[in-house]
Amino acid sequence: MTSVMINIFLVSLMVVIAVMVVRTHRLFAVIVMSGAYSLISAAMFVNLDAVDVAFTEAAVGAGISTVLLLAAMARLPAEEKPLKTNVIGPLAVVAIVGALLVTAVVDLPAFGSADAPAHTHVAPRYLAESDAKLHIPNVVTTVLASYRGFDTLGETIVIFAAGLGVLLLLAGKTKTQLPDYSKPKTARSATRPKASSSPKKTRQSSAKKKKAAKKGSSS
Amino acid sequence: MMSSNPVFRVTTKILFAPIIVYGLYVQFHGDFGPGGGFQAGVIIAAAFILYGLVFGMVALRKLAPPRIVALFMAIGVMIYGGVGVVSLLNGGNYLDYNALDHHDPAHGQHLGILLVELGVGVTVTSVMMVLFFAFAGYGDPKAEDDGGQG
Repeated sequence: MTSVMINIFLVSLMVVIAVMVVRTHRLFAVIVMSGAYSLISAAMFVNLDAVDVAFTEAAVGAGISTVLLLAAMARLPAEEKPLKTNVIGPLAVVAIVGALLVTAVVDLPAFGSADAPAHTHVAPRYLAESDAKLHIPNVVTTVLASYRGFDTLGETIVIFAAGLGVLLLLAGKTKTQLPDYSKPKTARSATRPKASSSPKKTRQSSAKKKKAAKKGSSS
Repeated sequence: MMSSNPVFRVTTKILFAPIIVYGLYVQFHGDFGPGGGFQAGVIIAAAFILYGLVFGMVALRKLAPPRIVALFMAIGVMIYGGVGVVSLLNGGNYLDYNALDHHDPAHGQHLGILLVELGVGVTVTSVMMVLFFAFAGYGDPKAEDDGGQG
């Protein structure tokens, strides 16, 4: 009973935060509130006895993505642009999809029911084997790394691909090829066509010289 | 991005090592309690990001050169995939950890899970740091030779 009360409290808190996120236009507040949202959902996972998921949610959702979003936000204007389009169409779509989801929830097996499909297929074998045969008490780890090793390999590759994509888009070579927005537009277009490689080279070499000078002075 | 506040600087210096030790605990204790490569990777990356936030990106680049961090993204995936290849060579299926130790399959499972989680941890740590380098160092003229180049 207390568990249900705690869940109701946490979910209503999450609804309040979600509404606030939608209604706020300051990006900083939006990011911090999303972090709070993640932290509350982590608390909810603890309450549902899913400590591994809670751990991940607290570390990734509330911790690192908040910091990364704040770092990215430093490059953006502080306020969201005001909405000019008509909202009735999108609102109708959201309402219909929401209603469908709610009707689908009714068909789900009851929370914690032992004869739910998820608990009758392979789960009993995992639960029986993990501790007795493999001597690994945390079944989550056995399922994640051993029984479902291929899935986790795919997950790791997805993370790798995400890092690679960000690296290609934002770091290194690509950046030096970006137009220099700090200069006025006319100067940029004037220097661009005739200069394909030489100005870049001089820029780099001057940067290297600067570095070398710094090293010399510090050592 | 840099703080001259002595409270932050001293706190970071005190906390940096314990955060990493805690990350390693989460990494290698995943068999017995909540935790594993994903969580540990994020925690260890958080230590470096904290360092970068307080002491500045230049100091962080010196501590963890972006090019090497980017290399570790691939090394983590290679550790994971390599465990599968080793179990193939030992006569099992891909990622079948029982094949890692023919005499004691349970030990093979322990070893396989440990190595695989290590691979996950290495990849997650380095990807999180690469993301931070990319977002926090973007457009920073001192970051001319971040990762990827060359």
